[in-house]
Amino acid sequence: MVKANKSKNNVKNFKTVSINNLTHFYGKNQNKKQVLNDVNLNIDKGELVLLKGPSGCGKTTLLTLIGALRTCQSGDLTVLNNQLNGASRKTRQILRRSIGMIFQGHNLLRCLTAEQNVQMGADLIKGLTYLQRREIARNWLSAVGLEEHHKKLPNDLSGGQKQRVAIARALSANPKLLLADEPTSALDSVTGREIVTLLRKLAKEQNCSVLMVTHDPRISDMADRILNMEDGKIYSAHSELI
Amino acid sequence: MSFSFLKFRKIPLAWLLLTRQPLRLAVAIAGISFAGILMFMQLGFRDGLFDTSVTIHKLLDADLVLISPRSKSSISMSGFPKRRLIQTLAIEDVEKTAPVNLNYLLWRNPENLKTRSILALGFNPSDSLLLDEGFSKKAYKLRNPSRVLFDKLSRPEFGPIEEWFLSEKKVETEVAGKRVIVEGLVELGPSFGADGNLITSRETFLRLFPANPPGSIEIGLVKLKKGSDPELISKILNKSLPNDVRVLTKKQFIEFEKNYWKNSTAIGFIFSLGALMGFVVGCVVVYQILYSDVTDHLPEYATLLAMGYRLKSLFFVVAREGFLLALFGYLPAYFSGQILYSVIRSSTKLPIIMDAEKTILIFVLVLVMCMGSAAVAMRKLVDADPAEIF
Repeated sequence: MVKANKSKNNVKNFKTVSINNLTHFYGKNQNKKQVLNDVNLNIDKGELVLLKGPSGCGKTTLLTLIGALRTCQSGDLTVLNNQLNGASRKTRQILRRSIGMIFQGHNLLRCLTAEQNVQMGADLIKGLTYLQRREIARNWLSAVGLEEHHKKLPNDLSGGQKQRVAIARALSANPKLLLADEPTSALDSVTGREIVTLLRKLAKEQNCSVLMVTHDPRISDMADRILNMEDGKIYSAHSELI
Repeated sequence: MSFSFLKFRKIPLAWLLLTRQPLRLAVAIAGISFAGILMFMQLGFRDGLFDTSVTIHKLLDADLVLISPRSKSSISMSGFPKRRLIQTLAIEDVEKTAPVNLNYLLWRNPENLKTRSILALGFNPSDSLLLDEGFSKKAYKLRNPSRVLFDKLSRPEFGPIEEWFLSEKKVETEVAGKRVIVEGLVELGPSFGADGNLITSRETFLRLFPANPPGSIEIGLVKLKKGSDPELISKILNKSLPNDVRVLTKKQFIEFEKNYWKNSTAIGFIFSLGALMGFVVGCVVVYQILYSDVTDHLPEYATLLAMGYRLKSLFFVVAREGFLLALFGYLPAYFSGQILYSVIRSSTKLPIIMDAEKTILIFVLVLVMCMGSAAVAMRKLVDADPAEIF
């Protein structure tokens, strides 16, 4: 891995995510509450990073900020070479197409079949015909081992299967970064581990970085790096402030 | 072009959102169709009324029509001097004229002896009154006094005249308290203003209605020579004739009658209001359906935003749902409308038809209803916050 220059102004940033002094508040005036306090974080290409921490410590806020779902208030937040502090709505929307997201509750579209759900991701790729995009969707569906179930609606799939569809959907748009928020919390331990193993395998194949928020101690061994978060600050696994 | 559109199409989300919830779709279609049928009925009645008010006007064999400026409609005709009609002959283009008397008289049903108001037309049997070719053959029978031709499309309340007449029975009854004999049948058609019609000679007409001054007529028919311009001649005549008469082209005469019903009575308003109510009901139904659809799928829409879809493309999904609902709802409304129209035609004898104007107008109204409701329901989409779904 090439170590990138940490300068804010360096456009040729080789990090997938580079965060310096990121601070975030919720609410206004008296109700103002600090959720992120001077966060610094780098994620390299193809790296799988686990983010742990108690509820309410700001993990999800950090995830939504990196995912360009929230406006950045202060600090330096660069995702895939896009400075998100002061970025326009349009920039954030375009950037989101390069970020795959996997949610706790899978969030599949109930009225679409498994294959169609995956194709909603593939449909974001420009310049491909319908049939090409369907081919992509089918390939991803078989990559997560669900080619048999491509005609099924989410309601007819098990929890683990739904989460596999969600992974296929997230990966089908060729993301450079995957954000996952407790993807295993609704699953039993065996399925949960299977899902993360699969996620890790596919992400490594695509050289796609992964930032996963989790409480689940059983999957810690699969991470390249584990970060702990508490009271809006990030520590490495050795409790060392980065 | 259409080929590349097909090639680069995306998942038809709007279609799937609707069709994968069949119950909701059925409710929506029922609601929209109901609104559509209501509008078809109301506007059908309105147009039918306006059309029936001119059933006789359309049949008159004339290029120009002279009426009194005090006449407001066929149910309130005033007389004007017959001289004016003769004066039109001064213009070279005028081929022939026909004076016509028109009034409502009381007809006695020969079966149950009840009286009922009937529209009576009086003309000279040697003149041409109606466009109908076979009519002149029947007209000569009116040369004898107290003879009338009865409109067989008149409402049944006037008695079984056609049946009696065809069974060679002598049909004799009273009009305005005087004895008349039915000498033949004609086919005119009832209107909102007149339940039935009869045609007689001017002589008989004056006998039935002696208060009418002999030199006064209600309608003057003018037939022009071939190739002359009715518009132009009506202008010339209006200028040259005194103010106690108005010259209209046949088209203007028809419009004059329709305008009376449209503007001077509440009928047009009532039926338009009925149609408006259908429209409002439809709007509420479509809005309810689309709003709950958006609300139910809000997390899914937020997910799409998080994936990088634009808010605009989600607006289009809701707009497409509205468009599809308009199509799905309009078609059953159209076919039910056709059926109901033919039921009304056969039971009321009113000429209610599915013309291009209504077909298009109501489709546009249904479309506006659905797209408008979709536009309001879209506002809920703004609440889809992708930051909230983690």
